[in-house]
Amino acid sequence: MQKPLPRIVTPAAAITGGLLLSALLIMAAGRNPLAMYAKMVSMTFGSTYGTGQVIFRTTTLVLAGLAVAIPFRAKLFNIGGEGQILAGAFTAAVTAAFLPSWTPAPAAIAIAALAGAAAGSAMGLSAGLLKVRYGVNEVISTIMLNFIIRGFTSYMLTNHLALPSTAHTPDIIDATIIPALWQHSPANYSVLLAGGTTLAGYFLLFRTRFGFEMRACGLNAEAAAHAGIDTGMHTLYAMAAGGAAAGLVAANLVLGYRHCFEAGLTAGIGFTGIAVALLAKAHPLWILPSALLFGFMEYGGLSVNAYVPKEIFMMMQAVIIIMVLVMQKK
Amino acid sequence: MSTTALELSGITKRFGSFTANSDISLSIRKGSIHAIAGENGAGKSTLSNIIYGLVQPDAGTLYVDGNPCRFSSPREAIGAGIGMVHQHFMLSGTLSVMENILLGDERQGLLWPCRRSKARQDITDIAERHGMQLDPDAMIENLSVGEEQRVEILKLLYRNAQLLLLDEPTAVLAPAETRKLFSSLRSLRDEGRTIILITHKLDEVLDLADNVSIMRKGEITATLPCSETSKQELARLMVGRNVVLQAENPPHTPGAPLLEIDELSLQAGNGRPRLEKLSMTIRKGEIYGLAGVEGNGQSELLQLLWGMLPDNARTTGSARLDGKELTGLRPVDIAALGVSCVPEDRHRHAAIGQFSIEDNMLLGRHREKTFVRGSGFDSRSREQLSRDITTHYDLRTGNGTNQAFESLSGGNQQKIIAGRELSRPALRLLLLGQPTRGVDIGAIELIHKKILEARQAGVAILLISTELEEIITLSTRIGCIYKGKIRHEFSPEEVQEGRTAPGTFSESIGMHIT
Repeated sequence: MQKPLPRIVTPAAAITGGLLLSALLIMAAGRNPLAMYAKMVSMTFGSTYGTGQVIFRTTTLVLAGLAVAIPFRAKLFNIGGEGQILAGAFTAAVTAAFLPSWTPAPAAIAIAALAGAAAGSAMGLSAGLLKVRYGVNEVISTIMLNFIIRGFTSYMLTNHLALPSTAHTPDIIDATIIPALWQHSPANYSVLLAGGTTLAGYFLLFRTRFGFEMRACGLNAEAAAHAGIDTGMHTLYAMAAGGAAAGLVAANLVLGYRHCFEAGLTAGIGFTGIAVALLAKAHPLWILPSALLFGFMEYGGLSVNAYVPKEIFMMMQAVIIIMVLVMQKK
Repeated sequence: MSTTALELSGITKRFGSFTANSDISLSIRKGSIHAIAGENGAGKSTLSNIIYGLVQPDAGTLYVDGNPCRFSSPREAIGAGIGMVHQHFMLSGTLSVMENILLGDERQGLLWPCRRSKARQDITDIAERHGMQLDPDAMIENLSVGEEQRVEILKLLYRNAQLLLLDEPTAVLAPAETRKLFSSLRSLRDEGRTIILITHKLDEVLDLADNVSIMRKGEITATLPCSETSKQELARLMVGRNVVLQAENPPHTPGAPLLEIDELSLQAGNGRPRLEKLSMTIRKGEIYGLAGVEGNGQSELLQLLWGMLPDNARTTGSARLDGKELTGLRPVDIAALGVSCVPEDRHRHAAIGQFSIEDNMLLGRHREKTFVRGSGFDSRSREQLSRDITTHYDLRTGNGTNQAFESLSGGNQQKIIAGRELSRPALRLLLLGQPTRGVDIGAIELIHKKILEARQAGVAILLISTELEEIITLSTRIGCIYKGKIRHEFSPEEVQEGRTAPGTFSESIGMHIT
C-alpha cells in the first residue's frame, strides 16, 4: 500500500497552485505579481491596522469554518452557515440592544453571545430535525433556511427595528461591547472566544466518547448503528453544534465591531466558511491556519484593490478549494 | 441451423489470484431449459456475467448458434439474442410497464414519438401467449415483485431474445408466483427459446429443467439430464467434499434454554415474507448451527435479534432471552443483556475502516464502565483491551494498534471483531453471522477455537453460516433454514455422529437447504 502523504502536502500544493494562477491574472492586469504579493503582506502584517483587520476576519472565519467542519465529521454538509450566522448576528444585536443598561458587562456579553449561539444552533437543529424525522437532505434544507432567515431578518429590520431613516438597529448597550485588542482596530477580544471554541471543538471530536460516536457515525453510519450508537441523535447534535459555532460569529461582528445589526453585515461569510473547512479537511485545529489564510487573502486583496481588482483573490480562494478537492481524489 | 444454442469452450476467468471460472466447457441445446446449480461462490454468477457480456473471459470461446462470439458489453449480447434477468431488477419505478420495456429499444428516431399503440399491442400479444398478463400502462412502483419480474422477461422477449438467462429467479417469489413463472418458462421453451436457469434450489431444478450442470469451485463437475438424476445425487455433487477443518469438539451437555424463538414471522418493507413462523431454542453452552443457502432469512433473523431491522419491517411472534422479549429493543439494550453480535458483513456493519485498530476494538463496547473516564476513555484499560485481543487472537498488525483498521488483512480484521465481541463481559448469548467469511485458514482455526471456548464457558451461541464445513465442525445442533423456516433439525446425537462422516452428513444437510 502506498504511504499516505503528510496532510500538509495537499493544501500546500493547492495554495501554491492558487498563487501561481493569480500571478498570471495579476500579470494580465498589467502588474508585477511579486510586487503585489509583497504589497499585500506589508499592507496587512506590516501595519497594526492591517494586522487587526486580518485578525478580525480570521476570527469570523474560524467560527464559520467550525460551523461546517463539525457537521462534516458526522457526514453532514452544512450549507446553512450563512443563515445561521445571520440568525446569530440578528438575535445577538437585538438582545444586546434591549438588555437593561445596568446589566454588568461580563454577564451582558455572555447573554448576548449565547443568544446568538442559540439562534444559530436552532437553525442548525431545524435542518437536523428535518433530516432525521423526514429524510430531507440537509444541503437543501439549510439553503432553504438561509432564504427564510434572510427574509425574516430583513423584514424585521426595515419594518420594526431599524432606527428612523437608517438601515441598522439601535446600538447595543455599552456593557455588551467586547473591547478592541488595540485602538482603531476591528480585532477584538472575541478572537479568544474563537480560539477557545476551536479547542473545545477539537476536544469534543477527538477526546470524548461523544466525539468517538459522532465520528463513527460520519465514517460508517451502519457500523455505528450496529455498535448501538444512535445515529439520528448525532445528526441533531452535530447540526446544533455547527449552528452554535456559526451563531457565535455575532460576538465578533456585532458585539466586537459593528455594535448593531445592519443589512448585509454577514453576507457571504457562511460560504467562505465552507472553503475554510474544506481546506482544513474539517479538522478543528487546522481551521486556524486555514481561516488565517482566507482572512489574509480577503483583506490583502482589498488592500491592493487600487492596483489589481480584488476579485482576483476571490477567484484564488475558489481555485484553492477546487484544487484541494481534486487532489484528495487519487 | 445448429441445434446448439450456446456452447462454451474452455472459459476461464480470474480475479487477481482467485479463479472464478476454470476451463468451463458446456453446450446448451436449443429449446431446452438448462439449469446451472451450485453453492454461493461456486462461480455461477461470473459464468452468467460472461455469457451476458458483463465480464470478459481471460480464455476460452463462446459460440452462439455455432458462431464464435466475443461480447464486450451486454448490448452486444442482446444483439446476438441473449437476454438476462438479474436477481435485482433493473427497472425505473416512475415509468410504466410499457415505457420500461421500450426503454433502450424505442425503434424510432430520437426526436420522433414512440409508436405506443403498436408497442402496446406487441407487448400484450407476447404476454398473453406465455401467461404473463400485465397492464402495459401500470406504473412499476405499484407492481408486485412477481409482476416486476414479468416485466423484465417481457423486456427480453420484446427484443426477441432467443436465449434467456435467469439468475435465481425464484429467490424473491412466493410459491404461487413461482408456479406461474415456471409455466411461462415452459411455454417459452415450447416456442423454441432456450433458457438458462441459475439456481441453488435443487427441487426447482428437477421440477423445471431438462438438463442440469453442477458447478463447484469454479468448475463444472457434472452435466446430467434431469430425468436421470435424483436430488441426492445433485446434492452430493454440489456440497459433498472433503472436510478439511478440524477442531476439538468433544461431546457435551448443554444447559437450560436461553434464547427461545416462537413462531417468528417477518415481512420486509415491500411485503415480502422473510421469516415464516420460525421457531427454535438455543440452550446455554450449546452452538446452534443454522445451515442454509444465503437469502433464506438468516440475515433478517440476525438483524432482528440484534435490533437492527429496518423501520418498515413487520414482525409477529416472539424471541425471548431468558424470558425477556428482544424484538423492538435497540442494539444498546440488547448488548446490555449480555448479547454480542458478529455481523455478517464485516466492512459495512462490524467496523469502521478509517478508525484505528484500537478504536475498532472499542466500537460498541465504548460505554462499558471499565473504559470510561470523565468524558473520554481510560487509556490504561483501553490499552489493556487492545493488548488482550492482540495476544489472545494472535494479531499480526505490523506496527502497533494505531494504524487504520482497513490496512489489515481480512483474517486479522475478523480476529479483531471476534475478539471484541467474544470478550464482552457477562456474555450470555453470542450471535455469529458468517464468522469466518473471507478469512484465511489460520484465522478460521483460531476463531473456531475461541467459539468453542465460549461454548465451554456456558455461552449460548447462534452460528449462522453458509459454510457447511463450519456448521458441522462447530455445532451442537443443526437447524436447516429454507425460505424463512427451520425445515429440519439435527439432534446433538445426529450431529455428533455426522461429524465422523462429514461428507455424507453435508449431503444430508444439503437435502434440507436446497
